[in-house]
Amino acid sequence: MSNRVIKILVPAISIILGLLVGAVVMLFSGYDPVAGYIALWNGIFGDSYAIGETIRQISPYILAGLAVAFAFRTGLFNIGVEGQLMVGWFASAYVGAAFELPMYIHLPFALLAAALAGALWGLVPGILKATLRVHEVIVTIMMNYIALHVVNALIKTVSGGSYKTDKIHPTASLRSEFLSNLTDYSTLHFGIFVALAMVVVMWFILEKTKTGFELKSVGFNQNASHYAGMNVNKNIILSMVISGAFAGLGGAMEGLGTFGSMTNQGGFTGIGFDGIAVALLGANSPLGVIFGASLFGSLKYGANNMPNAASIPLEIVSIVIALIIFFVACGYIIRVGLERLNKKKEAK
Amino acid sequence: MFILLANYKEKLLYEEVKPLEYVIEMLNITKQFGNFRANDNITLQLRKGEIHALLGENGAGKTTLMNVLFGLYQPEEGEIRVNGKKVNITSPNVANDLGIGMVHQHFMLVENLTVTENIILGNEPRKMGIVNSKDAAKKVAEISKTYGLNVDPFAKIEDISVGMQQRVEILKTLYRGANILIFDEPTASLTPQEIQELIGIMKKLITEGKSIIIITHKLQEIMDVSDRVTVIRKGQGIGTVVTSETNPEELATLMVGRQVTFKTEKGPANPQEDVLNIENLVVLDYRGVEKVKGLNLSVRKGEIVGLAGIDGNGQSELIEAIAGLRKVKSGKITINSKDITSLKTRKITESGLGHIPQDRHKHGLVLDFSVGYNAALQEYYHAPFSKNGLMHYEVVAEKAKKIIEEYDVRTQGEHELARALSGGNQQKLIIGREVSRDPDLLIAALPTRGLDVGAIEFIHKRLIEQRDKGKAVFLISFELDEVMNVSDRIAVIHDGQIVDTVIPSETTEKELGLLMAGHSKDDKGKHERKEGADRDVQ
Repeated sequence: MSNRVIKILVPAISIILGLLVGAVVMLFSGYDPVAGYIALWNGIFGDSYAIGETIRQISPYILAGLAVAFAFRTGLFNIGVEGQLMVGWFASAYVGAAFELPMYIHLPFALLAAALAGALWGLVPGILKATLRVHEVIVTIMMNYIALHVVNALIKTVSGGSYKTDKIHPTASLRSEFLSNLTDYSTLHFGIFVALAMVVVMWFILEKTKTGFELKSVGFNQNASHYAGMNVNKNIILSMVISGAFAGLGGAMEGLGTFGSMTNQGGFTGIGFDGIAVALLGANSPLGVIFGASLFGSLKYGANNMPNAASIPLEIVSIVIALIIFFVACGYIIRVGLERLNKKKEAK
Repeated sequence: MFILLANYKEKLLYEEVKPLEYVIEMLNITKQFGNFRANDNITLQLRKGEIHALLGENGAGKTTLMNVLFGLYQPEEGEIRVNGKKVNITSPNVANDLGIGMVHQHFMLVENLTVTENIILGNEPRKMGIVNSKDAAKKVAEISKTYGLNVDPFAKIEDISVGMQQRVEILKTLYRGANILIFDEPTASLTPQEIQELIGIMKKLITEGKSIIIITHKLQEIMDVSDRVTVIRKGQGIGTVVTSETNPEELATLMVGRQVTFKTEKGPANPQEDVLNIENLVVLDYRGVEKVKGLNLSVRKGEIVGLAGIDGNGQSELIEAIAGLRKVKSGKITINSKDITSLKTRKITESGLGHIPQDRHKHGLVLDFSVGYNAALQEYYHAPFSKNGLMHYEVVAEKAKKIIEEYDVRTQGEHELARALSGGNQQKLIIGREVSRDPDLLIAALPTRGLDVGAIEFIHKRLIEQRDKGKAVFLISFELDEVMNVSDRIAVIHDGQIVDTVIPSETTEKELGLLMAGHSKDDKGKHERKEGADRDVQ
């Protein structure tokens, strides 16, 4: 087996193992795993509507994953994607509703506002890390709570006491009649293209630019970077800012695409936290993030169909989904196993 | 006639059966990592009561072989016999039980515990659940006396010298009942005087019935201390020679596989105006303690100035201050008459500094970057390596290829991670990067630490080449040989100040050693008297 084959086999085997153990769980709880998985499959790929909704769900996951992965690649652990995403969501919804501008200005403006808000939320932990060496994990966690309550307060303020911001103007919307028609009137919007474009942007920054060279260098070895004349503190801050901007754009997916407004949030959206798993599943590479986000997004959306079509309770569904992700995350073990098998064959 | 023959045969048989005199035999050991043979059919036989040197280049497989003996690796082929009996050393504990003890290169001591506490650590004698170190201390003092180690069992590690710490390591193995001691590069951080004392201790150990394996690539030490030498090269056993029947040149040739020149060949220096000038420099260390205390020094164009001194006398802080990695408290540093005191690192680099840092993993390399990225670490930010904010990695790769070729960096290519390179090759990569920029001032801090003679020769040549090109070279080293051989002037640092500057041809290692220990030239007589006084007290 070549390395290439192993690379493809590992996620495939992981998913199959996850499905098998998930099946056992369903079997033991007295539900039909076959019906369950058919429901899951149909929920993801069953018709063009399901496919559209799945892709719509994947978009914010890609951006959240990129945010985490970018910080990881530059030596930082950004747990604040959740908060950065929420402020981005609010900023996009606010700009989308409060201004009246032609589309070619309004939409980029609203996206930019989301990115800037997320960046600002990343800037704070960045500065604290760079100047006072406060660990970014602590600060970003706290910034999540601040984001949650600040955003809720702001929604109330801008909407004049309501629980929901005004609907954005169509000039700021990512919604697309074309995409919607194509997928049997799903809520699929242009956000997926924004997300994919950002995948390219991340790859470009890291692999092609001087800034990317510095960011990675500082992430790996601050001492050597200092020795090579880099401004270590500036790069730490920049890393958090760029990471935050990706997360903010993830919020714009919801604000300008899926919902077109922002409702008072009872708790965290979860997308930002799932972004950590997405990034890790994708080995922190831009392309890998697409894979991780696709897995998360499709399972998450497709699972909705399991209670309806196979009458499996939501709790069991959550366990099954978690198992699949668990096994994918354990890919390392499977790879080691495959390599052992390989060795034995060679020895023979 | 028949009787004679029978006698002869008997004698032959006796010879064959007699390998009992070997305390350790490692026969035809082969250790493989994947497709790489780290040890390929190596045989090493240690006689009772001998000092046996294990000689080889960096990465030749010395450490692997000793790790096999110490039970950390299992060999694929070959067998190990202890006192003639075949053994299976599956873990360091088994090695300990067999009486094999290791004195590591990097001491494994807890700084703020006493000597005795360190020795019993992990195997504390208890009385009703409470550690009883009294008896242990007595035993430590006893062993110390037997072998002339002179260690105070109640001294704290942080208060005693490096040489003394090493003796604690030796004591530790003896305390645990070792009869066979393995010394891994024991002289790496010792002063010349301490080395002489260590050799004395080793000889004393032998007379008390111990056997010693010493891992080293320093040829002079082998000549001084060992009875026989086993040479390995690229994982293969080259053979064992009797020390008294060989010489350093032959050993070097055996080790490297080609002729090596020892005396660094160089013409006379042609020093001109100052490049580096340091006035009244004061630098603090990370704890805020003054480490460089009003230091004055200059390095001129076309000369190599060696900085000799014992580790911890302010060398690191001095270099870091020059390179802009550490703040200067007071004083002034100039390069080519330009004041660079407390400038940003990059500004100093651009003023003409090339810096081979002391710690290649901390400062010298980004280990998780490729060889290529590391080759461009000092220049990535300007053309042709990057333009308009975009990297031109094809230029980076070209530069890396050039360094790999010119500086003989053994790597699979510029895409390999720097982490995967051996220490010597990492060092060559750094030297290639710094020297190829042709800086006016080249600071080489411990440039040959841990390298073998072949690599050392190569690096020394490069330093002299820079000098002959009219550049200033500032060499910091703990190795007196190196300082004596390569420098045109030697500045001796002690306690954060330059105590004296001497010309290599007009001094001796002994004199340098005394200067390094803080005695000025004039009070040499006083020092000898003081030594006498010490002896009287004991």
